[in-house]
Amino acid sequence: MYKLVKFATAAILLSTMIAVIGSAYAQKSNTKFPGIGRDATPAEVAAWDIDVRPDFKGLPKGSGSVEKGQQLWESKCAVCHGSFGESNEIFTPIIGGTTQDDIKTGRVASLTDRKQPQRTTIMKVATVSSLWDYIYRAMPWNAPRSLSADDTFALVAYLLSMAEVIPDDFVLSDTNIAEVQKRMPNRNGMTLKHGLWNAKGKPDVQASACMHNCVAFVQIGSVLPDYARNAHGNIAEQNREYGPFRGSDSTKPPLDKLPGSVSTQTSAHPAIAKPKTPEDLFKENNCSACHAKATKLVGPSLSEISRKYQGQAGAEDKLVAKVKAGGSGVWGPIPMPSHPDISNETLHTLVHWVLTGQ
Amino acid sequence: MTRIDTKRRGQIQQAPENFLTQDAIADLNKNGMDNTRRGFMRNGFMAALSGAVGFGASINALASTEGDPAILEKQVWQTTLGKNVATMPYGTPSIYEANLIRRESPGLTRVSAASVAFTPLQGLFGIITPNGLHFERQHQGWYNIDPEMHRLMVNGLVKHNRVFTMNDLMRLPSVSRIHFIECGANTGLEWGNVAVPTVQYTHGMLSCCEFTGVPLSVLLEECGADLKKGKYLLAEGGDGSGMTRTVNLDDVLNDAIVAWGMNGEMLRPENGFPLRLVVPGVQGVSWVKWLRRLEVGDMPYATKDEAVHYNDLMPDGLARQYTSIQECKSVITTPSGGQQLLDKGFYNVSGLAWSGRGKIKRVDVSFDGGNNWKTARLETPVLTKALTRFNIDWVWDGSPAILQSRAIDETGYVQPAIKLLRDVRGTRSIYHNNAIQSWKVDSNGELSNVQVG
Repeated sequence: MYKLVKFATAAILLSTMIAVIGSAYAQKSNTKFPGIGRDATPAEVAAWDIDVRPDFKGLPKGSGSVEKGQQLWESKCAVCHGSFGESNEIFTPIIGGTTQDDIKTGRVASLTDRKQPQRTTIMKVATVSSLWDYIYRAMPWNAPRSLSADDTFALVAYLLSMAEVIPDDFVLSDTNIAEVQKRMPNRNGMTLKHGLWNAKGKPDVQASACMHNCVAFVQIGSVLPDYARNAHGNIAEQNREYGPFRGSDSTKPPLDKLPGSVSTQTSAHPAIAKPKTPEDLFKENNCSACHAKATKLVGPSLSEISRKYQGQAGAEDKLVAKVKAGGSGVWGPIPMPSHPDISNETLHTLVHWVLTGQ
Repeated sequence: MTRIDTKRRGQIQQAPENFLTQDAIADLNKNGMDNTRRGFMRNGFMAALSGAVGFGASINALASTEGDPAILEKQVWQTTLGKNVATMPYGTPSIYEANLIRRESPGLTRVSAASVAFTPLQGLFGIITPNGLHFERQHQGWYNIDPEMHRLMVNGLVKHNRVFTMNDLMRLPSVSRIHFIECGANTGLEWGNVAVPTVQYTHGMLSCCEFTGVPLSVLLEECGADLKKGKYLLAEGGDGSGMTRTVNLDDVLNDAIVAWGMNGEMLRPENGFPLRLVVPGVQGVSWVKWLRRLEVGDMPYATKDEAVHYNDLMPDGLARQYTSIQECKSVITTPSGGQQLLDKGFYNVSGLAWSGRGKIKRVDVSFDGGNNWKTARLETPVLTKALTRFNIDWVWDGSPAILQSRAIDETGYVQPAIKLLRDVRGTRSIYHNNAIQSWKVDSNGELSNVQVG
């Protein structure tokens, strides 16, 4: 009841607020669609219009030191990007691959000499505004919009100091960022000379529509490497199991002949024949909702269970009965529900797998 | 003993031997056939089959000499009562379609909130992508955004900064148009060499839907946009990444849509519910999802996804920035890489063609790796900046072949071979690979991904 009253009050408040906004920012008389939309308040525009352009239009006032940036980086960013923006664990590295010479020329040499295994952000980015805008709008990854403008100046400063664009004692601000732009390593690395900005752009290749005897010799330049045959899982299970185009069983080498011949030795259709693994059954019967392999969820982990019953005679039968009937106490107060629908055969397979890993 | 394989054009074939045990045969001889035994036999036959061929047809061995058991035997769906209406209030595909789902490419990305799930083109027909199979590209995860709390703001070079609710937008005059959406990085894995096995992974960042919404031009006019000075449009998403992209306003004003509808229903959350920008012909990243703001401006914005990513690196080290248009491209979807032909004979070879510059004019298909070409049938409708389905007859004689398709759009642009593209762009540009795709057919009936030249 209290909740309902509270809700009603909130609803009245909200509708009053909307009415206020509606009257203060009413329809303009020149609109073609009366009654639709309203003018934005200055505060609303300020709240959402946060983009920063390459000419720094939109950049808020503020500043941040390399030193402060380093502290922020360590606490908020290093877990994904590494302490020096060098990590390749989760995202591609941010820092690396640029030189003092690049800072002079504005062209990153390692983009052409291929000495860097990966293209880092600092190798590619031409505009410092892009870094500022993105960090401010979208970082950290799990808590976007949690950084202040000063935080953002500090973090950009720290990144640029690691790329030796600015010295370690630098304080980056809205007043000196345009000067810093002049030292961005790849500032001259972009081109707009291409035909892909608009639909009428001129294509960069001109192919022929030859119909007969077009190539003297058809040469295969590249094939799928053997190791990639099954890298995306069994292709047979990614196609219809009926109709003219089945998937090939990529877990096996290619067939030695067409399966359509009278031969019965081939398996063009493994999706049905393939027996379910205990792990499949574990997921299918929703065991995985409460149990994980090595970590405790709602219920104990599989490794905990197997440790507890290791070497005990009759453990499999005992646990099959327990899973079927359900109950609580062994692992704490949260009860395990009963599972009358799972067949004994499946239960034995599952419990055997939990206890032995096989 | 012979059997009829219902899945292979009713050919009569030898049954697997010994599918009945000696005991069972003795029992049959003694007691004859009753329903229990009939069922048992079928099971025995099924087991023998799945161990040998693996085709799980419902087959009665005794009926095989008389004809096809799919006809001669009464099936369960012919002899019992089916399910009630609305058993599934929101319908789902048949259980026999379970293999056709969106899939990730292992190792492509390291976090699934910033990743791709590819559309299973190898199993789709026509030109419309079912909503549940539309490809997904997320930059910072997806949400179900409360449509009552969603707003679209229009600001920048406009007379009036305006705010619209979904209620407002959906009252405006709307259009419904069919367009393809392709990620700029589609086929990007294949710039250097063959890398992935099937069309799902080579071309599956491609979908095509009927989108419903208000034309962008209507909205901008309503806000009094200065289209003389404002040649650029910044589109911004309402998600955590606040995805922003610069759009060529001059170029897209005629056909861009601020859309809420997708194939007759609201957008799916993973595709931007409740509002996304539709920019026909332009790469998918610019079709900003969960669209919350449009800003009209007089210069491009160099946002993260146009300053660090979605640039095409050329051999001279310069990156082409603001590459947007998806050039003319096509691919044979059936049969395609990773698929297995069961037998020689007739096949309908089918595929998709599209162009970010307009309509598809012609598609040619080669069965010999590009030496000789035949013009395919274009199925209707043939729409601008939409997928176009093509088909061509093929009688396979069992010898190795290389299948290719080559599309030509209404500007006369001819889809290039990979070598032609590499000669200009090298192998490291990641984006905008619209090369001709080759599928090799081996004499065992298996197709694989190859590159010619």
